[in-house]
Amino acid sequence: MAVTETDVRKIADLARLSIADSELPAMAAQMNSILANMDALTQIDTSTVTPSVTATPGGAPLRPDAVAPIPMNSTAQLLAPESRDGFILVPRLGTHEDV
Amino acid sequence: MENIIDNVSEAVDRATDPKVGSGGLNIIIATNREASLSAAEQVSVAYGGGDTMALAGVPIVVKDNIATFDMPTTCGSRILAAYTSPYEATAITRLRAAGAVVVAKSNMDEFAMGSSTETSAYGMTRNPLDPERSPGGSSGGSAAAVAAGITRVALGTETGGSVRQPAAFCGVVGVKPTYGRVSRFGLVAFGSSLDQIGVFARTVREAAAVTYAMAGADQYDSTSADVPVPVAPAEIEAHRGKTLNGVTIGIPSEYFPESLDAPMRARCDAAIEALRGLGAKIVDVSLPHTSLAVPVYYVIAPAEASSNLARFDGVRYGPRAADSIDLREMYENTRTRGFGDEVKRRILIGTYVLSHGYYDAYYRKAQAVRALISRDFDKVFASGVDALFTPTTPTPAFKLGAVTDPYEMYMSDIFTATANLAGVPAISIPIGRVEGLPVGGQFITSHFDEPRMFQVAAALEATLGDEAHS
Repeated sequence: MAVTETDVRKIADLARLSIADSELPAMAAQMNSILANMDALTQIDTSTVTPSVTATPGGAPLRPDAVAPIPMNSTAQLLAPESRDGFILVPRLGTHEDV
Repeated sequence: MENIIDNVSEAVDRATDPKVGSGGLNIIIATNREASLSAAEQVSVAYGGGDTMALAGVPIVVKDNIATFDMPTTCGSRILAAYTSPYEATAITRLRAAGAVVVAKSNMDEFAMGSSTETSAYGMTRNPLDPERSPGGSSGGSAAAVAAGITRVALGTETGGSVRQPAAFCGVVGVKPTYGRVSRFGLVAFGSSLDQIGVFARTVREAAAVTYAMAGADQYDSTSADVPVPVAPAEIEAHRGKTLNGVTIGIPSEYFPESLDAPMRARCDAAIEALRGLGAKIVDVSLPHTSLAVPVYYVIAPAEASSNLARFDGVRYGPRAADSIDLREMYENTRTRGFGDEVKRRILIGTYVLSHGYYDAYYRKAQAVRALISRDFDKVFASGVDALFTPTTPTPAFKLGAVTDPYEMYMSDIFTATANLAGVPAISIPIGRVEGLPVGGQFITSHFDEPRMFQVAAALEATLGDEAHS
């Protein structure tokens, strides 16, 4: 399952990262080197094993479906770069038409 | 009462000494003298007023991926350079309630991704025992803070060994509690099914006191366990100077491969003999899937990281790249400029193993093998073994810059990642030196059996005495 430079570009696109063309060969080589070590897993028969998604004995617990207020030392408005009248201001994007 | 304020003030002095700053060992990222002294005054008043506090006035250094009100939380990353959390980690809230005072935030591998503290955006941390060598990672700053004497205790975090490995490299005690023992609320997520806040300390007793002070169920973390928390000092004192008669310690053959350096093996053998001398029954055991821990870990952890780090997009977290023409480009520019190479590499690996066509082959397969690794531990502990003893790392601290291949660096975690995958508690304590460099010995016990873990570690620590540091 060798990773190609085209694969790296596609994966980076999915991950919202930019990889320069000049960096693609090295990144593909590193990913192939790392993933080659994962191939040891294919040698193990896991046909009767239930995959473990958690390190918690007894599986992943559920929490009460209730809101627990978190103690904060600042309001959401203070955290935002800009706010006005209790609303958070966001930048106008270039693709939006001027109004 | 003045002692508390003086002690904290002196710890802040040590944390702000240029020798441990960015021009020196580069251990400390941030301090806030005013906030630390204010906290010390509050503790001093409360303690003087009769409040019972397990850690009254104890100065503590905190790894920079644990949220604090009064200092930034950067995760060693450019993308969080200006970030101060509006809420605190539950572990910090509980330590403050017990009287501890945060005096500094420590350097770390970016987003805890690394085993050498070389991937921090704020520069590498140097090992106080040999500045040409790595302090280990990813919690290298906190390990170095204790080794350098800035504080006697510090917080780190573990995903695959990031407390125990640097503890071994720096000659201090390092604890990874059972998954669920300590709330992860306020710990910036890396691998959510693996992450745990851990402790560095000069002694096992101090490590136990800090671990238990921050332990217990938390309404903000559904994976925190509602399990009774032991009382640390009483428990450790009860076993001080006692033998280990009736305790069975397993020696797993997979952790002592032919390739293990002879001096490392000799230090471990001496520790095993010391345990035998204390009255412990030593038995050979097998954990047959151990060699698969690193491949499993480096599928699961990057997969979880690629999901967790999606929030660093310039909208929810991170300074948005202002020169972007649309939302898509803004995401990419923000993330590409904000993350370092190792973080990008792991996000790409994680995205790959979760992508269509590869999910079953990598991610689901790794989860199945993870179950086999957990079963190995379950079987050994069910057979009557109370604790396992192993080396913490295959080698002592390596030189900075010496390990350049990513997978070779990942292999640093070979003896530690198993405990994270299975969720069991583990501790590393100093057991001697090889060519002047510290060697760590590791005890692993079953889920929530920290009392046994601290008992055997404290017994070996007391028996080795100065030999543990020579």
